[in-house]
Amino acid sequence: MEALSALVAAFDPAEGDALKAAEAASTSGFAYGLAAFGSAIGIGFLVGKSVEAMARQPEAAGMVRTTMFLGIAFTEALALIGFVVFILIGL
Amino acid sequence: MTDSPTPMTTRLDGEAPEIEVSFDIVKRGAYAAPVIVAVCAVFAGLDGVFSALYGMALVLVNFLCAAGLVAVTARISLGLMMGAVLFGYIGRLGLIYLALVLVRDASWISLTALGLTIIVTHLGLLVWEMRYVAASLAYPGLKPRRK
Repeated sequence: MEALSALVAAFDPAEGDALKAAEAASTSGFAYGLAAFGSAIGIGFLVGKSVEAMARQPEAAGMVRTTMFLGIAFTEALALIGFVVFILIGL
Repeated sequence: MTDSPTPMTTRLDGEAPEIEVSFDIVKRGAYAAPVIVAVCAVFAGLDGVFSALYGMALVLVNFLCAAGLVAVTARISLGLMMGAVLFGYIGRLGLIYLALVLVRDASWISLTALGLTIIVTHLGLLVWEMRYVAASLAYPGLKPRRK
């Protein structure tokens, strides 16, 4: 792909820039998708286990909910990092 | 044999700790805001100031929405809470994307400052809150009381 963009740039610089921009957009979009996908799996696993724990032991629900909420936020940070990379490179 | 509680029928009444945690995070965000805004102002000028304020508002509203969703749905059913957290995650990511798309071409925005503010604020406030939560879970006797 890089060789192709270099070849195109040799003939028409404007078209080469457009191709590079398209490459950046697609790559960063892919990175954001991967980040969001990984976080979704993490959150699903985390919340599933927390719900199981709360159903088994409702008296510990307060502690479980607190740590679950923080866990969700930490996991979501991974998606936000992917999103920021996406907006800085490809948006 | 007795019926064991299932996640679909179990509901959690009483206090919602995540609301307390999220209000605490917002309070800490207010403390940290001048520092973050000043740093962004040094690197990106007035655009950095507006971007930092916008980014912080996004992060804090995101925390409040997440906590509200969990608190409301936990009173109905744990199964609903799980679904709300998962679909809420997708919904909130979509809202953040929309909020960014709306301002990306604005003259007062600096995307670098905005992006870095989102990451630093989100992680920084979480780590700050985590220290407090870890201490209060490990040593309940030292937990600060509300006045």
